[in-house]
Amino acid sequence: MNVASLSVNLAIPEILIATMACLILVAGLFGSPERSGLLCYRLSIAVLLTAAVLAILGITSDSQLAFNGLFVDDPLAELLKFGICMLSAAVFIYGRQYNLDRNLFHSEYYVLGLLAVCGMMVMISANHLLALYLGLELMSLCLYSMIAFYREDKLAVESAMKYFVLGALASSILLYGISLLYGLTGSLHLPEIRDAIAGMDHSNPALLLGVVLIVTGLGFKLGVVPFHMWVPDVYQGAPTSTTAFIGSAPKIAAFALVIRLLSGGLQDMHDVWYQMLIILALLSVLAGNVIAIAQDNLKRMLAYSTISHMGFFLFGVLAGNQAGYSAALFYVLVYAIMSCGAFGLILMLSRKGFESDLLDDLKGLDRNSPWIAVLFLILMLSMAGIPPMAGFFAKLAVIRSLVEQDLVWVAVFAVLLAVVGAYYYLRIIKLVYFDPPTAPGSIAVKPMSLAVIVANIGILVVMLPWIGALIELCRHAIRGIG
Amino acid sequence: MIPLSHALILGAVLFSISVVGIFLNRKNLVILLMAIELLLLAVNINFIAFSYHLGDVAGQIFVFFILTVAAAESAIGLAILIVLFRARRTINVDDIDMLKG
Repeated sequence: MNVASLSVNLAIPEILIATMACLILVAGLFGSPERSGLLCYRLSIAVLLTAAVLAILGITSDSQLAFNGLFVDDPLAELLKFGICMLSAAVFIYGRQYNLDRNLFHSEYYVLGLLAVCGMMVMISANHLLALYLGLELMSLCLYSMIAFYREDKLAVESAMKYFVLGALASSILLYGISLLYGLTGSLHLPEIRDAIAGMDHSNPALLLGVVLIVTGLGFKLGVVPFHMWVPDVYQGAPTSTTAFIGSAPKIAAFALVIRLLSGGLQDMHDVWYQMLIILALLSVLAGNVIAIAQDNLKRMLAYSTISHMGFFLFGVLAGNQAGYSAALFYVLVYAIMSCGAFGLILMLSRKGFESDLLDDLKGLDRNSPWIAVLFLILMLSMAGIPPMAGFFAKLAVIRSLVEQDLVWVAVFAVLLAVVGAYYYLRIIKLVYFDPPTAPGSIAVKPMSLAVIVANIGILVVMLPWIGALIELCRHAIRGIG
Repeated sequence: MIPLSHALILGAVLFSISVVGIFLNRKNLVILLMAIELLLLAVNINFIAFSYHLGDVAGQIFVFFILTVAAAESAIGLAILIVLFRARRTINVDDIDMLKG
């Protein structure tokens, strides 16, 4: 076998990130901890931006295989990789001051971050269950360590342990389902599994068990009800810089995981996983939106909001056709941008010895820092799905795919709960604009972070005139996976 | 020759034991890590049984990767356990409750 037939060039962004992660690990050994931390931070951002550019340059209109069919390169993969690299770079920039104040600004933190991004990218391009599993584990193991990195903090360590145990359980359940699929179809290659299932009896109990286990594993990884127990604890306990990372890029990777497994491998079992997803999605939207109202911790509230957003995302997936998948893709991209911005704002407001993670800490933000207050306003309106904002069009696309599937009652339920959800987003706007300030005075934000967060949240407004083109781009990406 | 079903039943029993171990164990986090290790080993038995039965080596190769990942996973699990013990002076599952969850 010669190297040319492996088509290594399709995996250049992953190879770049993995190699540079190793080099940065070595570079971090030289100089004082602060100097090497800064060097590694800058190098990581540069690597992520380069990988994003490479992903966009490598975009093709059809899918190409590499590494003897283990790895697939299609428009969807390139789009998702671009999103992951840009969001991760933004999260690193937001977290800089926070990490410095809490003694987390070490080279290893950024190496773990880069390796997690590499894992997500492998997962996105996986065309084989082995590649999918390894990408998933690389990502998860790095995320556990990034939470436990804040080792002086009791909450962070506890949430790392909880995340580790439930994450490992989820991977094992997924893996058990994979082993059953392998036994039944005799292949680990996703297109071959799809072909084998097409010729099988769909009521075979072993096959059904395999699908159920795989959907359960996915449910744990996505954090949908009833497998959501870890989400609030991890979001609240983890250092905010890591929460921002967990809340943004891995959601995009989770979309890829769902699409590769359910659409790539199990499309013919749609009638089975569709019933499971509809229950998971309904419960998530219900529990996420209702429990979020009772929270007084901002990070915990955003965790419940994540659960409800993941439910909405599943509404798009469960249609099981291209319209549904592209609606889910658009939803997850908009959601990841919003989530990245929300945690970015919390990071801006926190400083040494002050986490700024309580809702009361936002009171009167308008008096102290009017610009940050405006960013909160845009973001919360978008998250709530108020009409002119990007979040509205994302919800609209998902609900339209539900109505096209004749699931009108589900669509009505989803809209009603979105209204319930609007309450706690609008409450934040009320705290920011109409309550007297309690938190200490104005905030000094680094110009770099400010520029990035303005771009991050601004994109939700700037994209509005081109929203049709963006939805069309998502359709194009989904068509490419065929 | 051992029939496929026997190996699969062994795998399923081991998997169930470890899932029950994770949820019933209220005492010690180390036992929890052992249960997680057992989960992966149960899956390995499944893979090897299928691989042998199908005459296909892909399943056995998968097992090598799972073993490697399991080693990395237990390394990280034990590292988090040590950090947790330093911060809290306990590894009792019932005491890990500062976050209401």
